[in-house]
Amino acid sequence: MANPDPWWAREKFWRTAAIVITGGMAVALIFLTFDTYPAIEAGGSKVPPYTVINKRIGYQYDSDLKRQVPVIGGEAPLFGEKRSPAEARAMVSKGKKIVQGRNCMDCHTLLGNGAYYAPDLTKSWLDPAWGSPAARESMMVSFLQDPPKYGRGYGSDRRMPDLGISEQEARSVVAFLKWMSAIDTNGFPANFPTIRQ
Amino acid sequence: MAEGALDTSNLNGGQKLAVKYFTVAVILFVAQIVFGVLAAQQYITPSFLFETLNFNVTRLIHIDAMIVWMLFGFLGATYWMLEEESGSPVVGLGLANLVFWVLTVAVTIVVLVFLFIQYGPGTQFTIWFINEGREYVEAPRWADIGIVAGLVVFFYNVVATFMNGRWTGIGGVLALDLIALGGIYVAGMFYTANLSIDQFWWWWVIHLWVEATWEVLVGCLVAWGLMKTLAVRRSIVTTWLYIEVALMFGAGILGLGHHYFWIGTPDYWLWIGGFFSALEPIPLVAMVVHAIYDSGVHRLKSANHPALAWFIAQAFGNFLGAGVWGFMQTLPQVNLFTHGTQWSASHGHLAFFGAYATINIAIFYLAVQQWRGNVWMGRDLPGNGWKWKWSLGLINGGMLGMGVAMLIAGYVESFIERAQLGSTWQAYFAAQTHPWFTSAMWWRQVFGVMTAAGVFLLVWDLATIGRGETRAAEKPTAEPAGEAATA
Repeated sequence: MANPDPWWAREKFWRTAAIVITGGMAVALIFLTFDTYPAIEAGGSKVPPYTVINKRIGYQYDSDLKRQVPVIGGEAPLFGEKRSPAEARAMVSKGKKIVQGRNCMDCHTLLGNGAYYAPDLTKSWLDPAWGSPAARESMMVSFLQDPPKYGRGYGSDRRMPDLGISEQEARSVVAFLKWMSAIDTNGFPANFPTIRQ
Repeated sequence: MAEGALDTSNLNGGQKLAVKYFTVAVILFVAQIVFGVLAAQQYITPSFLFETLNFNVTRLIHIDAMIVWMLFGFLGATYWMLEEESGSPVVGLGLANLVFWVLTVAVTIVVLVFLFIQYGPGTQFTIWFINEGREYVEAPRWADIGIVAGLVVFFYNVVATFMNGRWTGIGGVLALDLIALGGIYVAGMFYTANLSIDQFWWWWVIHLWVEATWEVLVGCLVAWGLMKTLAVRRSIVTTWLYIEVALMFGAGILGLGHHYFWIGTPDYWLWIGGFFSALEPIPLVAMVVHAIYDSGVHRLKSANHPALAWFIAQAFGNFLGAGVWGFMQTLPQVNLFTHGTQWSASHGHLAFFGAYATINIAIFYLAVQQWRGNVWMGRDLPGNGWKWKWSLGLINGGMLGMGVAMLIAGYVESFIERAQLGSTWQAYFAAQTHPWFTSAMWWRQVFGVMTAAGVFLLVWDLATIGRGETRAAEKPTAEPAGEAATA
């Protein structure tokens, strides 16, 4: 008996379709990856160079794009010490390794990814909770060294545990957070009111 | 040997290995649930286990136990069907057994380090030996290398066995999928100071595993399972499998873009990710149609009622949890306000459960049936099969309840923290302390305990179902009259 199935219901047709579609999509993804990569390298169009920790960073509404964008301002060296590109990279990298080693991402979110038990850290450098730019750096370092003492839960009982972070380590974490706040995240988080500076 | 006793002489070589994987998978499944209940309790009473097992430890074990038990379930399920599907004994079974023990010892060491060492200094040593600190792939680098080595051996077993026996459509899809499964995992195995590049590749692992290669692997298992439980014609399941692969990879590969909205990637990903991920539910609809159609055609006559019930739960759960719940927040215009809230947790719970826990449980039931000598698991089980029916109801009801509770919490966060107050720390806590949020966390825990009760009942049932059974398994009807006439 002849095969009664129409062409679109045949096994062979769908096998070919599966191969062609999968191959095509994989090629498209590889092409897009090559296109995206230069933009997300440090110093690319979307991600700041590590030396951004020497600058003042803002997050302002762009009336053309209709969203907030990071704005890099004048000199504002972190902890009053201007760092070379290599020093800045080393400091941010050290901060990121501490963030990984203390498993911060299983309570907090970074760029919105992680766990939801503690606040998002994407723009934490710019958070109004630090009061003023003058007090911010020392407040962040004190907080990271002894979170149960310096943390604020705004009416919640949730606290950050003491993770044994030294002053030197805390400074590196702050560098990482400052650098992260300058990534152009396409407007996430929206409507973020920054610290007054 | 007593009637219906667990006896490995009832199993072929691949199946003997599979039941080892299944045993470890069940232990890790229970660990996942226990640590999930602990983590949920920490949302309600934050001082619970504070500075003993902090939330990031309980949550880490909750999610990593899940990834590993599901992966062990998939490995076991593949070894389970390999000999029947290929018509050949597993090639390289000795090596496969060695890999099982190596992986099991490695998982044990990783869990012990997570529990008792917990944290490390900010050095490469920590990344290699303690905790990589990247959600879902926290396992230190040495364990990553072990996983990839294990997957290489697994791939060799599968390909060599099909080459030694006969290639089938399921075998071909499986082999190609395993290349992607192993290859993609490598994409996440490096350190970079640049968080955007880090998350770019991290999502290759998480998304392309979970929303592409795992889904296709499950498609292979369901295709085989429907032939096994309902005696569906091979040409039908194979054609459906190709359709699912075309749709799954067609939508899922660039659907990766829905993770590239806010991590510093160019804004064209908003459109690419939004469009393709919106298509991702389509193959899941196809899988529901497939399962329902076949079940209907075969009048739900099956040799293994619990397994069939879980296969059907998989079809619906995958569609609802991965498809509907994913679609709700996949468009960037919505995701801007839901990203990083309990919406994601709600979707994660329902999707992992619906797509992957269900299929593994279905295959566990097929395994114990054969392990006990292919005994009866149809109608009229002792006690009317109350254990499997109650566990099915408790687990599915509990998961759905948890998903809805977390969705409500997510709405509160989206509106209050994200939209109204702009995602500052104060905004975060304004949502977390809102009565709607806190009551949702209570409900999540109630349904979590319900799920846990169902899981304990499930384990009890898996350990006892078919024990002392004297009846042989019912043979499913190969082709109902109407079907056969048109075949």
